[in-house]
Amino acid sequence: MTVMLPFLRRIMPQLITLAVIVGLISFMFPGFFTISIANGRLYGIPIDILNRGAPVALLAIGMTLVIATRGIDLSVGAVMAICGATAAWGITEGYSLAATLAMALSAGLVCGLWNGFLVAVLGIQPIVATLILMVAGRGVAQLITEGAILTFNHEGLIFFGSGSLFTVPTPVIIGVAAGALATLVVRRTALGMLIEAIGINLRASTLSGVNTRVLLIAVYMTSGLCAALAGIIAAADIRGADANNAGLWLELDAILAVVIGGTSLLGGRFSLIASLIGALIIQAVNTGILLSGFPPEFNLIIKAVIILIILILQSPTMRSVVIFFSRDPAGAGEVEKETVVP
Amino acid sequence: MNARLLPLVATLVIFLVAYAICYAQYPVMLSTRVIGNLLTDNAFLGIVAVGMTFVIISGGIDLSVGSVIAFSGVFIAVMLRDTALHPMAVFAMLLVLTTLFGAAMGATIHLLEMPPFIVTLAGMFLARGMAYVLSIDAVPITHDFYDQMQSMYWLMPGKGRLTLIGGLMLVVFIVGIGLAHRTRFGMNVYAVGGGANTAALMGVPLGRTTTAIYAFSGLLAGIAGIVFSIYTSAGYSLATVGVELDAIAAVVIGGTLLTGGSGFVAGTLIGVLIMGLIQTYIIFDGTLSSWWTKILIGMLLFAFIVLQKGLVWTTGKKRAAGG
Repeated sequence: MTVMLPFLRRIMPQLITLAVIVGLISFMFPGFFTISIANGRLYGIPIDILNRGAPVALLAIGMTLVIATRGIDLSVGAVMAICGATAAWGITEGYSLAATLAMALSAGLVCGLWNGFLVAVLGIQPIVATLILMVAGRGVAQLITEGAILTFNHEGLIFFGSGSLFTVPTPVIIGVAAGALATLVVRRTALGMLIEAIGINLRASTLSGVNTRVLLIAVYMTSGLCAALAGIIAAADIRGADANNAGLWLELDAILAVVIGGTSLLGGRFSLIASLIGALIIQAVNTGILLSGFPPEFNLIIKAVIILIILILQSPTMRSVVIFFSRDPAGAGEVEKETVVP
Repeated sequence: MNARLLPLVATLVIFLVAYAICYAQYPVMLSTRVIGNLLTDNAFLGIVAVGMTFVIISGGIDLSVGSVIAFSGVFIAVMLRDTALHPMAVFAMLLVLTTLFGAAMGATIHLLEMPPFIVTLAGMFLARGMAYVLSIDAVPITHDFYDQMQSMYWLMPGKGRLTLIGGLMLVVFIVGIGLAHRTRFGMNVYAVGGGANTAALMGVPLGRTTTAIYAFSGLLAGIAGIVFSIYTSAGYSLATVGVELDAIAAVVIGGTLLTGGSGFVAGTLIGVLIMGLIQTYIIFDGTLSSWWTKILIGMLLFAFIVLQKGLVWTTGKKRAAGG
């Protein structure tokens, strides 16, 4: 238990936020927790939140690692479109399901490799390097689909979007499995620490023998792979690849999830679990707005307000203000933060 | 030759070569009609790109401009529909609003010491959300004053039309060039981009400059919104999605260093024209699909970023060698 305690304290703000939002929704919508099984699949609003949140959660896994290296990956939305288009193209061309999935996932890896190459080998700032693919990526996706929305009816591929395994929707399983695998790999080996080291000081970690170049490329490739999974889910969900709208602005949601998860945009320490909870918070807000009968137009404004609040809490200025006003600098309090806005 | 001028020269050469290729295939390309349309069609992008140039020279980024343009269009359309105000009065209100919006973002970036990227991301959501709240549907603009503005043009030799909005873009570029190279504010922007700490030590008022830069970008986004509403005669909250990326691409292709501290407003004009030229060529060709625009712009972006990287690297090496 003593080992778990710091971890719980780390994700406590995110858990509380999620609980408050869920509480608000269930207050306004009493049937919130009803979960039923129909056609061998779970139904209910919490399941829906998990299901709809899966693509952003997947993106958030890769994005957390990228942001931990002090980078950013703006291209994930476009990569989603590319991989969704690849999957739809493969299946309509008559390739087997395994071959199609392999092609889509390798497309994601290649995109990640490209981003990683620009950042790690050419030394271009991540925001600029990934901007290239963000601009060109949708063009590439349209090249694959030849400008049309490629639809398909392959049961095996559709399974990834709207199927279910042991009554749990497939996207949720993929999201949980990817999250667990990533956490295991990153936290049970030294990889996580090395990634944090890169984010805190690239030069120092290179000098102390970390193979930063390979590691950076690997991180961007992970992000590409996660985007590929999310792209396959998104395409399978609508049974078609829409090069223009698949994953549109999801990169921003993914970044938002990471920021809500408390990982600093300035690199360094990160928490995958907190980012995943962040993704759930975003989806819970989306669903809550839809359920509560608020016009969905308010969604963006609420997101903006959330970003602003987090920015204020995270900012170095605010931290120094809090430390200045609190008698116990070590415990830079959570409660006072709200009251000492200058 | 000055290494700083090299990206600008490269942009100019690419533009001229591209134009020559277009001309070789379609001699009509050189007519003032095509040039007039090039200016008109890209007017809003050019105006917003001027603001983006200042932001990027200062080492920042402004992701909110596309949303601000959409908000401006919806705001104008809704105000003209629901009130009896003259468009000019609406324009004035709008420009005050967008300038304050930009200033607020700049102040937030400075006060909270947060990356401009995430602050303007919040601004992007906020502006787009406000546009949605005003109206989800497209609102047409029907006003005599708008008809007048749309029919205003100067007939260039060769029957080309320099429209009001095309001319406005050129004026904004001239003002931008003057502001960047002939004023204290311009000097401060370059200084902040070269190094915020150094600039502060030299006595550049960091807070005021940052706020002013983003306020200027907000003002120009507002003007671009007005231009876009004249161009389309409507306000639509889903319009101009992704224009911030086009603007950033134009600035980079125009030879401005994304790390800040170096760049030219005039280069951005050529960057905008190159992007417009690609689009015009694709329309002329007729068989190529519009997605080639995105891929070509992505490739140009890549080429320029690598060129910049190479320049920084070689100058750094020279400096190291020369001591």
